[in-house]
Amino acid sequence: MSLSLHTFTQFENVGHSMRAPSYRFRPTCADEIQEAFRLAKKHELTVTARGAGKSYNDAALNGGGIMLDLSAMNQILEWDPATGLVRCEPGVTIEKLWQRVEPDGWWPPVVSGTMFTTLGGCLAANIHGKNNFKMGPIGEHVVEFTALLPTGAEVTCSPKKNADLFHGMISGLGMLGVFTSITLQMKHVESGLLEVHALPVHDLHEHLSFLFDHAPNYDYIVGWMDTMNGGKGLGRGQIHAANYLHGNEDPNPQKTMQLKNQILPPRIFGVFPKSNLYLLMIPFANNLGWWGVSTAKYIASLRKHIFRQSHAAFHFLLDYVPNWDLSYGRGGLIQYQSFLPKETAETAWREMIELSLKRGLPSYLGVTKRHRPDKFLLTHAVDGFSLALDFKVTDSRRAKLSDMLQEFDRIVLNAGGRFYFAKNSETSAASARAFLGEETILKFKKLKNRCDPNNLLESDLFRRVFD
Amino acid sequence: MLESGSPFSEDTVSNYPKPVTATPLNPRRRGIIIGASDGIGAALARRLAHEGYILALLAPNQNGLELVCNEINQIAREERARAYVHDVTDYEKTPELLRRIVADLGGLDLVLFVAGVNYPPGGIDKYNFENDRRMIEVNLLGAIAWLNPVAEMFQSAKAGQIVGISSVAGDRGRVGNPGYNTSKAGLTTYLEALRNRLTRHGVHVLTVKPGFVRTGMIKAAQGPTPFIVEPEKAAEDIWNAVRKRKQVIYTHSLWRWIMLAIQHTPSFIFRRLSF
Repeated sequence: MSLSLHTFTQFENVGHSMRAPSYRFRPTCADEIQEAFRLAKKHELTVTARGAGKSYNDAALNGGGIMLDLSAMNQILEWDPATGLVRCEPGVTIEKLWQRVEPDGWWPPVVSGTMFTTLGGCLAANIHGKNNFKMGPIGEHVVEFTALLPTGAEVTCSPKKNADLFHGMISGLGMLGVFTSITLQMKHVESGLLEVHALPVHDLHEHLSFLFDHAPNYDYIVGWMDTMNGGKGLGRGQIHAANYLHGNEDPNPQKTMQLKNQILPPRIFGVFPKSNLYLLMIPFANNLGWWGVSTAKYIASLRKHIFRQSHAAFHFLLDYVPNWDLSYGRGGLIQYQSFLPKETAETAWREMIELSLKRGLPSYLGVTKRHRPDKFLLTHAVDGFSLALDFKVTDSRRAKLSDMLQEFDRIVLNAGGRFYFAKNSETSAASARAFLGEETILKFKKLKNRCDPNNLLESDLFRRVFD
Repeated sequence: MLESGSPFSEDTVSNYPKPVTATPLNPRRRGIIIGASDGIGAALARRLAHEGYILALLAPNQNGLELVCNEINQIAREERARAYVHDVTDYEKTPELLRRIVADLGGLDLVLFVAGVNYPPGGIDKYNFENDRRMIEVNLLGAIAWLNPVAEMFQSAKAGQIVGISSVAGDRGRVGNPGYNTSKAGLTTYLEALRNRLTRHGVHVLTVKPGFVRTGMIKAAQGPTPFIVEPEKAAEDIWNAVRKRKQVIYTHSLWRWIMLAIQHTPSFIFRRLSF
């Protein structure tokens, strides 16, 4: 293997708002990852592992360095329908995983909002789902993993064995080693359907109170927030809360768990091909257009209703509109997600949303979730809530957005909040230090020094937040 | 003297903080200028730095490079320009240096090949093989040594912009300086070939044909220097052409029409002229 210029490839984030070129390597086994480390050392280059590239920021970008594209390491190595234990290569996607385990009556305990993420990436970011308050992040369901360190050592980690590395590598942004196999415990389900309750909330206080009070009664809970409207109704929106079906609630679970009843329909209203739906969104992707869409959506959501939905349809909302990310145009989009303690969330978010409306830079999408803390080293979780805000990037908005997000950072940090490294693209080293704390950073750097003494593993994200 | 290609910035320029990392709201573009210690190259460096580019500046002349870098970094209050001492005739060192620079910059958007020498033979009946060879080695082979690997990278990445500084002297073989004419005609043709190869891959190639520019090279001009421009004006024209993704520009722009006339002058007249 050599460092051919032919492999020089432009990589992007999912929002098409960041790009960086790297030499692309597509290893098929641990030995080839080892070879990439050797080459990196020889040419004094850095290495970043990339799964599906679904991160909103530069977590899987490495300008001028080597990109380990793990998409070819995508085999499910073992699956035991009796115990629900599955062992996968790091490039296995959530899509491949659920499609394998669902027909046997299991479901991944934690999934992302798109099914196209890979398990390696999910562990590196320690993703959460709409059940974070109950099930924690994906790391809590990892029974064991093996990883290759840049030192050449192959390690096996579990909550008991090499526990410090286990809690460091999960959430470690791929900066300590490269996962080579991941063993996960699946969750047993008795039906292919969820019972979903859709309820309106009329302002921010009611929104957060509902999440707080009702989360314990549900398996999943998520809120949509209309971030285009302020005033009395600021923070209004709709809650989707869902429960697994048990016992004979589903008269025919064998049928609902079949794959064909889980696949997302290819057409909307049975007519319009969804693959082109994003084109219809483009005319609305501006302040006025999206205000109309949000207001209409809110009015439609005022009707309380209960319905049944397949797991896939409930979880993978982002996949409903393929290429939705393209509707934001040439500048792409960024997401700003903040995690705030339950005591301070309402005041801080009110201030942030009011600021965004005042500046004429409203977020087009707000999503809320309920969270609880976890024990992983670079954790983003709090006992509270998260709010994810999407912003459209255009040349004329850049400087104004940048100023506003710096103020957001200040508000979040003052409120004792945290950020998520798979999402925010503007977090500075100072902001990262402020929420992680010196002690955590020191611990992480010690681990880094032990696993990767030559600093071979570096991403643009790492250079941004740890330099 | 440092070894060719080694960044000497370690102790001289690093007083300035590294540029902040590129983000969607603070995008940074990255450029390499080969031949940046004086003249058009130095003016381009100042211009691109002003536009926010992070730059790698190359030249064999360490002192000149250091001056340009310091000036840029002092204004920007960050290490916006890094210096790499390099002679373009060290052909075999080019690919590895290119890799090094792309890693240092964290990417690459724009490459400008500006390096060039002009040794007039000193009369329309004089010949000097050593000088001619040197001009071909720097102006033409130096460009090919750099732009071949750059083209390969940009083609794979399906992005990037290449600028080559050729000359009006490449448009016609004249009595004054056959070696220089040949090196620039070769460069013009090479750049055209690159353009034809790379446009389909989304890569932009700009050929710049300056007339007289008030730089060190002007000493090589024998006789009058009409339409002479300052290096800053040339840099301005080149920057505008980069932004507009033009294919061939002349600077001063009047040269386009003058050279059109000269190119169409029939040989039976042209070979009787003595300019």
